[in-house]
Amino acid sequence: MNKQYELNKNLAQMLKGGVIMDVTNAKQAEIAQAAGAVAVMALERVPSDIRKEGGVARMSDPKMIKEIKSTVSIPVMAKCRIGHFVEAQVLESLGIDYIDESEVLTPADDNFHIDKHAFKIPFVCGARNLGEALRRIGEGAAMIRTKGEAGTGNIVEAVRHMRTVTSEIHRIHGLPAEELMTIAKELGAPYQLIVEVAKNGKLPVVNFAAGGVATPADAALMMQLGSEGVFVGSGIFKSDNPEKRARAIVKATTYYDKPEIIAEVSEDLGEAIKGVELSSLSPEEHLANRGW
Amino acid sequence: MKTVGVLALQGSFREHLKLLGQIEGIHPIPVKNVQTLQQVDGIILPGGESTTQGKLLKDFSLLEPLKERILSGLPVWGTCAGTILLAKQIAGDEPPHLGVMDITIRRNAYGGQLDSFIDETIIPAVSAQKIPLVFIRAPWIDKTEDNVKVLASLNGKVIAAKQGQMLATSFHPELTYDLSFHQYFIDQIIK
Repeated sequence: MNKQYELNKNLAQMLKGGVIMDVTNAKQAEIAQAAGAVAVMALERVPSDIRKEGGVARMSDPKMIKEIKSTVSIPVMAKCRIGHFVEAQVLESLGIDYIDESEVLTPADDNFHIDKHAFKIPFVCGARNLGEALRRIGEGAAMIRTKGEAGTGNIVEAVRHMRTVTSEIHRIHGLPAEELMTIAKELGAPYQLIVEVAKNGKLPVVNFAAGGVATPADAALMMQLGSEGVFVGSGIFKSDNPEKRARAIVKATTYYDKPEIIAEVSEDLGEAIKGVELSSLSPEEHLANRGW
Repeated sequence: MKTVGVLALQGSFREHLKLLGQIEGIHPIPVKNVQTLQQVDGIILPGGESTTQGKLLKDFSLLEPLKERILSGLPVWGTCAGTILLAKQIAGDEPPHLGVMDITIRRNAYGGQLDSFIDETIIPAVSAQKIPLVFIRAPWIDKTEDNVKVLASLNGKVIAAKQGQMLATSFHPELTYDLSFHQYFIDQIIK
């Protein structure tokens, strides 16, 4: 295993137990950092606006990313389109800390994801199930997150994806060696990674929840389901009181198993993001279906 | 049997707990509240984000009790973010967190993630063998007062120091399989 990949997985370990927040400008980045975010995700439009406004969603303006980078001391992440390795090269050249090859942006390649081994900078990728997670890790992702359904304020898909990954891991943990190639074939996952998961009973990289987290209780739910941290996108800056909600979600992520603390921080937060019932979305509007 | 706590608000606390679990005579526990803080014979402040950890310490009224215990002699070891929490001064005018150790720390001193690196060196006070050093967006120690003993430097920068029962490293022994630093903390500082 090369050293850089180890270091990139290590940075994800440093983020564990924390909240990574979507921000669209330096002011929001400052609010996120002051609220206790472990990292910020710099992007031009949060997912709920991308949904509303439509059109092609691309990598953000490098100027905005640089402004955010110079404003905060915590790690800065940014998104590139699936398969758009030049956007990834541009983001790497900005000296940020992590790239999210994200289904929230409009895919640039409908067959292939980025060869992430070709980069020094770490990547996080979304996954709905174990096979997808291991394909992304096979391509060089140093961190995984659930896809959930971004910009909906609806946690149901993130729950489904986290539960699916966990139950698939349980299913193969400890299986005899001769069964593993067939599992690899069934899941469409690299054999060596299947062997590793069967042996260790866990993903070889850190796994966060993302896509639909809107409340402190949502964050704590994902943590109790085994997530190692939480991404919050539209849920914070599309709510009534972003500062207070951000602080509350940070606290609920740390004390995810203490209902009395979650109750306390959930008081009087104002309106959450309005949210979308998923049956009202057409199949093309399901961002989680992007990626292969 | 010694009870060694790991501050478990955020970051690499499970990694520390796992390594401590491999050392005989040690009972490792995660510390998230004042009650567990009172049970420990020593505490590790893990890697992670110092701004997040510092804020949680304050919000959940752990900062003062932890500071008091350290000032009255509780053995403490900070790794990376933990070292930032310990420092009396943070370069660049950031307010200190626990502010108990006479060092000035420089955050993200080496740069961003693209500047993270792995090295190794012999630290005579700790082990005769080379120790792997993992630096993740790491700080270094800019300045130490006379009462602080420098344990290790790398390319002219202080990366490990000790002051009484307080130990600070800008790197992450918890991300390796090497137990020597944990053993050192237990044998030389806790016992």
